Amino acid sequence: MHTLSTKATEAQEAARDTIRRHINARHAHEVIFTSGTTASINLAANSLGQLLLKNGDEVLISGMEHHANIVPWQMVCERYGAKLKVIPVTDEGELEPRRRDDATEYFTERTKVFAITHVSNTLGTINPIKELIAQARKQGIITVVDGAQAIAHLNVDVQDLGCDLYAFSGHKAYGPTGTGVLYGREELLERMPPWQGGGEMIDVVTFEKTTYAKLPFKFEAGTPHIAGIIGLGEAIRWMEDYDKAAMAAHEHKLLEHATKELLTIDGLRIIGTAKEKVGVIGFVIGGVHHYDLGTLLDQQGIAVRTGHHCTQPLMERFGVSGTTRASFACFNTVAEVDALVAGVKKGVKMLR
Amino acid sequence: MTITQAQQEVVDEFALFSDWQDRYEHLIELGKDLPLIAPEHKTDDNLVRGCQSRVWLHADVSTPLDVTDQKVIHFTADSDAMITKGIVALLVRVFNDRTPQEILGASTEFIDKIGLRAHLSPNRANGLSAMVDQMKRYALAFSSNSTKHGSWSPAFLLNSCQVRGPGLWSLAMRTVRCGQRPWAP
Ligand SMILES: Cc1ncc(COP(=O)(O)O)c(C=O)c1O
Repeated sequence: MHTLSTKATEAQEAARDTIRRHINARHAHEVIFTSGTTASINLAANSLGQLLLKNGDEVLISGMEHHANIVPWQMVCERYGAKLKVIPVTDEGELEPRRRDDATEYFTERTKVFAITHVSNTLGTINPIKELIAQARKQGIITVVDGAQAIAHLNVDVQDLGCDLYAFSGHKAYGPTGTGVLYGREELLERMPPWQGGGEMIDVVTFEKTTYAKLPFKFEAGTPHIAGIIGLGEAIRWMEDYDKAAMAAHEHKLLEHATKELLTIDGLRIIGTAKEKVGVIGFVIGGVHHYDLGTLLDQQGIAVRTGHHCTQPLMERFGVSGTTRASFACFNTVAEVDALVAGVKKGVKMLR
Repeated sequence: MTITQAQQEVVDEFALFSDWQDRYEHLIELGKDLPLIAPEHKTDDNLVRGCQSRVWLHADVSTPLDVTDQKVIHFTADSDAMITKGIVALLVRVFNDRTPQEILGASTEFIDKIGLRAHLSPNRANGLSAMVDQMKRYALAFSSNSTKHGSWSPAFLLNSCQVRGPGLWSLAMRTVRCGQRPWAP
């Protein structure tokens, strides 16, 4: 107990409240700090697995999930004898709509958890999660949202969405790496067992038995990333200085421009043509390997990501080994999109 | 010409190009001269793990006609990406038909010197360093193997570590775990 530590704790808790306000959670203690989306989903999967999963139960995900929203569920399914079910993806990169007459309805009476990405990092697709969550909740299914790609681009209101858990990373919200959040509805968090044990998450420890701290500390074992969390709070405050709808509109303009211009390139195919998209554009070009193109764009000072984007099942679905993906943030400009298109053209010319 | 001299030759060659575009165009051209792996060796077993682009690497050992008591390693390879293929071609060019000892002792600093270091940095995205490791593992395997001709068999690794399992890569990794790292600095 000293002045500096008190100040640090206060700043950390102020960040928690900033985030609560930003995602419109009811309570600050519904905001759990983690090291990122991956850690958030692992927490969710391990704790929910212990709470809910029995032999023969089902966890439902979609075919466009990041490995971070596949592997943790696979691991707990294996542990408890549950099955991982997958909603297929259409050629456009949208969730296959449910057929009512289909025997393989996505939600069954064995479905315990529905974990879905808000926005696909590979396709850019914005999923209609509000409707899906409403449907799931009617059937008593716990809903978990991977919000990694949504947090910086959409207005996220967890009460409006109605989800039970919502995960995101600090570094995708203009904040520091190594920070992240798992939002959880209070009633559920109270029921969920802690995942990791250690300091900070306890109430009383004896060798016979330990009682756990109250929310949110029950889920925050160990010394938190205090500096990072304070940085994340500031990043969120910075974002709040701007109108998110205006940011999204700007990003959409960049997306439309890029889509139109890139499609003039011979042999270019966009992977992910959903009606509702954020500013992410992944593509393949006949006869051009994404690694080569990424290298030549890098030489021109253009940063794209190439490869499978941690979505190998989705690559398989589209029959490609990888894509080149440009993504736009609020600070990008139309001139930069033009530079991208010119850069791709130059690269293609060198490679063909 | 020693490996070091061959590497210096590459460095001098690339010094002729002043901008990135010429450098990469040259690299892409070099890729076209890569001694291609025979179709029967272009198998998953010969895929180098850890590369974003796919790289197949095969090695044979042979005895040059003029020096009967020495084994040298002959590499053939391929890649589905052109730039990768160019870098593979450079590595094969300097390492080809060398003795295992020469290969194990060689550095790959010349890749840094010609400004292509990013491709060899041991990170998850490109991981061509896995290719260099693979070449050195072949060299290690051949140097410990008594056969003078033909393709190398992994038997010695199996014996020395007493493990069983498919694939050269995993076998070699087990060698690493057994504490043999002759290529470490
Ligand atoms: C949709 C999605 N989910 C999860 C993750 C994992 O996030 P992190 O690596 O920050 O834990 C990412 C990051 O790429 C992502 O795009």
